[in-house]
Amino acid sequence: MAILVDGNTKLVVQGITGREGTFHALRNRAYGTNVVAGVTPGKAGQDVEGIPVFDTVRDAVEGTGANTAMVFVPPRFATDAIYEALESGVDLVVCITEGIPAHDMLRIYTHLKRGDQTLIGPNCPGVISPGKGTVGIMPTQVFNPGRVGLVSRSGTLTYQISKELALLGIGQSTVVGIGGDPIVGSSFIDILSRFEADDETDLVVMVGEIGGNEEEKAAEYISQNMSTPVVSYIAGFQAPPGKQMGHAGAIITGSSGTAQGKKEALEAKGVRVGTNPTEVAELVRDALS
Amino acid sequence: MDLFEYQGKQLFARHGIPVPSGEVAETPEAARSAAERIGGKVVVKAQVQVGGRGKAGGIKLADTPAEAEEHARAILGMDIKGHTVHTVWIEAASAIVKEYYASITFDRGEKKPLVMLSAMGGVDIEEVAASNPEALARLHVDPLTGFQAHHARWLVSNAKIDVGAQKGVVAILQQLYAAFIDLDAMLVEINPLIWTESGDVVALDAKVTIDNNALYRHSDLAEMQQSVTEDEQERMAQERGVTYVKLDGDVGILGNGAGLVMSTLDVVALAGGRPANFLDAGGGSQADEVVTALEVLLSDTKVKSLLINIFGGITRCDEVAKGLLTALDKMNATLPIVVRLDGTNEEEGRKIIAEQAPDNVVVEQTMLSAAQRAVELAKGA
Repeated sequence: MAILVDGNTKLVVQGITGREGTFHALRNRAYGTNVVAGVTPGKAGQDVEGIPVFDTVRDAVEGTGANTAMVFVPPRFATDAIYEALESGVDLVVCITEGIPAHDMLRIYTHLKRGDQTLIGPNCPGVISPGKGTVGIMPTQVFNPGRVGLVSRSGTLTYQISKELALLGIGQSTVVGIGGDPIVGSSFIDILSRFEADDETDLVVMVGEIGGNEEEKAAEYISQNMSTPVVSYIAGFQAPPGKQMGHAGAIITGSSGTAQGKKEALEAKGVRVGTNPTEVAELVRDALS
Repeated sequence: MDLFEYQGKQLFARHGIPVPSGEVAETPEAARSAAERIGGKVVVKAQVQVGGRGKAGGIKLADTPAEAEEHARAILGMDIKGHTVHTVWIEAASAIVKEYYASITFDRGEKKPLVMLSAMGGVDIEEVAASNPEALARLHVDPLTGFQAHHARWLVSNAKIDVGAQKGVVAILQQLYAAFIDLDAMLVEINPLIWTESGDVVALDAKVTIDNNALYRHSDLAEMQQSVTEDEQERMAQERGVTYVKLDGDVGILGNGAGLVMSTLDVVALAGGRPANFLDAGGGSQADEVVTALEVLLSDTKVKSLLINIFGGITRCDEVAKGLLTALDKMNATLPIVVRLDGTNEEEGRKIIAEQAPDNVVVEQTMLSAAQRAVELAKGA
């Protein structure tokens, strides 16, 4: 079954005629994703290697039945692009763009939670269900079909852990990059609940980092609501307080949001936390055997 | 991006929040003439982005312009918790009746702005929150409907603000919320917010943090950023658009992706080493960007060995290898460099290094072995 992205995904790519948009739309299609449309204002009627381009997301959805949108536009246009995608009625929006103002995301998030659509990201690498399809920018060669779900705030760390899993012969049902911003459309809990309901996922790896309290909330959720085992990794033990570590959301504020605090919160609820990516893969192997 | 008090006060004034009249001075002489223009008693305040200025001697009352000059001479150049004072703010002294506290934070846990108000201001508010939580009125605001006058009245009533000051505080809370939104702020804080003998409510301090992602729509604020960065490498990185944070160790780190770089720092520490920095070369790095990043890293003389940890997704390992060779060629760096390349075009990247790199560059196969090697080399250097 996998979650979020599978054989039923019909993808429209916003910003498809940009350099990155074209490159990744075609890569997603090459992996097997059904890329049905692209959007670039003023370029309706053109095509990108056979993918029809529309002026608006609404036209693309009406013309092709797209049910998923990927946002690939620069930050100053991305807020509008997310609202446009939501208003077109698609079920899922995946926003890759990094650099959207936090206040914009606060308003988008509040609007989103009053409906039943899903937003992944922003500032994320997207979603891949190995062997079924991908929406985003993940290097597909790192992943193999399997029964471990993976949810992460970081792109490259996801690839690193997936490689460690591959070395042990372990593949994934779905891998979700939820994004490195302070406010993202889907939290760890949102994705954990989908994995819990997925009969093709036997275990979940949750990759967190400093900043905010979503890992702590997830720890509570896992202990109360999940029968699927969870293994975790937290990055940023060496991060000094008050400094933003690359991701807009990776910052320790006062004494809250530390890696140590997150690790302790998870371990207090019985979640095993690996000290490095290699050990995480070993914990997964041990938990599955 | 954190602003200085005087910058925050200038922004508050623009949003209609009353602040004492004042001027910036960078020399004792300028402080004297500022005090002459302001007239009467003035306060000389060190401009540093760290708490506890008063206790450290960075805030002084002056009865005359000559005294203001004297205080400025003592304060300018002073080191307050590692921050050098380059600027003082000279402002008219206020006749304080009561000190309150007001702030709006970006509560990412609740995903709403959080407005806080207390009648116990002028002290560490975290202590008030811990020892006397009822003294701190807290209200989350719906981001779509915003902060209304009735919210301000509720806060004022619950914080037990003195009746004579209530109207002024209600007005300031509304202006503060407008400033929070208009400025794309992550934090606006007034501590203390004072009630004066003349019955006015005035912001005696200003702490403002702006969302870096929103600077594109605030060109005036983006200019303010220039005066903030102290560290040489951090300033260099900022000018060149490199994501860099200085730490105090001797193993230089370059990686791609925030999470992987944070993890690299942790693994270096677990191997018994001390990372010198965080540096995220970003996704899709080309050779030129790697050269720029290495220039920043190698300008730090504390760095004894370098660890380059790349997992190629959009980033191609051969581009990273080419960038490394170009940088080494240009800078003639002789310190030991450990490289670990994985992912897209890893074979090509390793081949370039094996065939063309000088002897001080070694390749390791895994992140853990690379971290161990870099730590050993830093200790041996």
